[in-house]
Amino acid sequence: MTTQLPPGMHIETVDEKIMTLNVGPQHPGSGHMRLIIKVDGDYIVSCDPDPGYVHRGEEKMAEYRNYIQNIPHLERPVIHDSSNILYPYCLGVEELLGIEVPERAKYIRVIAAELNRCIYILYWLAIYGIFLGHSTMFMWPAGDRELFIDLLEAMSGARVTHAYLVPGGVRNDLPSNFEERCLRQVAYFEKRLREYEAIFYQNPLLKARTEGSGILSRTDAIRLGTTGSVLRASGVDFDVRKKEPYDVYENLDFQTIVMKEGDSYARSRIPYLEMFESCRIIKDALKKMPKSGSVRTKLKPNPKGGNDEVYRRVESGRGAIGYYIVSNNRPEPYRVKISVGSFRNLICMPYLLKGEKLGNMPAVYWGLNYWPVEADR
Amino acid sequence: MSSGTDKDVEVKDTAEEHSTNSENTKPDSMSKDEAKKFYEEKGLDLSPDVPVKPKPIPAFEKSLADKVSSKFGDKISVDYVRADRIRVTAKRENIVDVAKFIRDELKYDHAESVSGVDYPDSSEIEVIYHLGSYTDEKLGRQIFALATRVPREDVPNPGSDSTRTPSLRDVFYSVEFHERECFEMFGVYFEGHPDMRRLLLPEDWADIPPFRKDFKIKGR
Repeated sequence: MTTQLPPGMHIETVDEKIMTLNVGPQHPGSGHMRLIIKVDGDYIVSCDPDPGYVHRGEEKMAEYRNYIQNIPHLERPVIHDSSNILYPYCLGVEELLGIEVPERAKYIRVIAAELNRCIYILYWLAIYGIFLGHSTMFMWPAGDRELFIDLLEAMSGARVTHAYLVPGGVRNDLPSNFEERCLRQVAYFEKRLREYEAIFYQNPLLKARTEGSGILSRTDAIRLGTTGSVLRASGVDFDVRKKEPYDVYENLDFQTIVMKEGDSYARSRIPYLEMFESCRIIKDALKKMPKSGSVRTKLKPNPKGGNDEVYRRVESGRGAIGYYIVSNNRPEPYRVKISVGSFRNLICMPYLLKGEKLGNMPAVYWGLNYWPVEADR
Repeated sequence: MSSGTDKDVEVKDTAEEHSTNSENTKPDSMSKDEAKKFYEEKGLDLSPDVPVKPKPIPAFEKSLADKVSSKFGDKISVDYVRADRIRVTAKRENIVDVAKFIRDELKYDHAESVSGVDYPDSSEIEVIYHLGSYTDEKLGRQIFALATRVPREDVPNPGSDSTRTPSLRDVFYSVEFHERECFEMFGVYFEGHPDMRRLLLPEDWADIPPFRKDFKIKGR
């Protein structure tokens, strides 16, 4: 019997030795996505990632709203890192509309972005810990996250979805005692971070599960177009904040963390070490920031973008986020494409999981610093 | 817009009227002084759009674009050369050759994003690859946008109609999932792609590709 199948559908032949497992989309080990995994005994033979369960059409929605109305919904793909996902949008719209950002606003944006990066990494670290059976590593980061959430709440008024960065600057100025409060909390946090090292990263059980598993070579990391911590764990020194500095990053003192191993352990360690760098950036930015001045260039009502297009990118907690915005002389963008780190790193999942033991799947999967909601957009 | 009769406004959809804000926008035919008066009468603190000054073309980016245009000549067109950004449009017959040249001679090594842009007025869909480089230090800031245009059909039948272009997956491996997304969202079939299945959409999606302009969001 031959059946005409629609394009994109196929019939699978079944091998008796191979078993197919659907990991997800409800299973907490895979996030809101499905991994179609084929196992031979305990070993993974192949893996086919099936994202899309949380696809919300952010790019389509953006075509129906004007440049200001787009701010709150574009941060939804990753609410824990909302400043970083709005950052390239703001840079792009500023370039389209020809807006100059006040100097003080640039520093405040960098501080918000780095605080948000820490919030995201701590959230990810908590999940990473609990899926490796380390419940202390769930409690500690989840608790320490509150420090930064409180700071961003003081800045923006909202705990999670800040919508703090806007084209032209930031929505409002810092509260009066912010600098002192921020320095105090960052100093406390740096002390806490060193405790993570002993209890988690030097833990022999964690090392036994993650060292040498899911190795991604430097050549493959480049060929597959990975980004963020996955790329830097494979020995490629690439960080958008260093390579294409936006706003005031070129004036600030920090370094890129690169490791050569390319295994799950290196991928989990890089975001942790980057939090120290984020703390350095925050302290440096507070020192160099102009102490007063405007924080927002007001746009005129319903600004139009001209017949132009722009591609801007920043470094987020999960890698580079790029916005491709096409405008056609209308108050709404004609097309917005968001290229996110999670989607770009998705491609290496089949490579890394092949040949791994099934029990090691969470260690490799969460080590990718992958956020399904962001990948689907 | 300049005639601005009441009839026109009535016919307009309410959402449309709100978004264009046609009352507060000056007609294009007005002179500078008239426009100023127009804004003052409306009580709006608006100045007419300032014409953008042309920026100088950066030398390094120019040299990269020249390499491509001297190799391919009329087969491609250089759309713009700006600081850190180059955009080149190639015909779909040549796009694989152009991409190979960009990879081998200019040392771009991965794709950051593959976007489709739907142009129903000219019956075309644009596919645009944003390429970057990890290996070449000098190209760290650069993004090379390589675009091509494919015909668009009013009644799409993804996979079986003329909306197709050669895949760049053999040139830039990293486009694999991006092209799959472009296929399901715009109905552009990438010939030679080894795994042209849907990625984000459900398997039983029976409507037109959702990112095309004629797919409307309900209530908008």
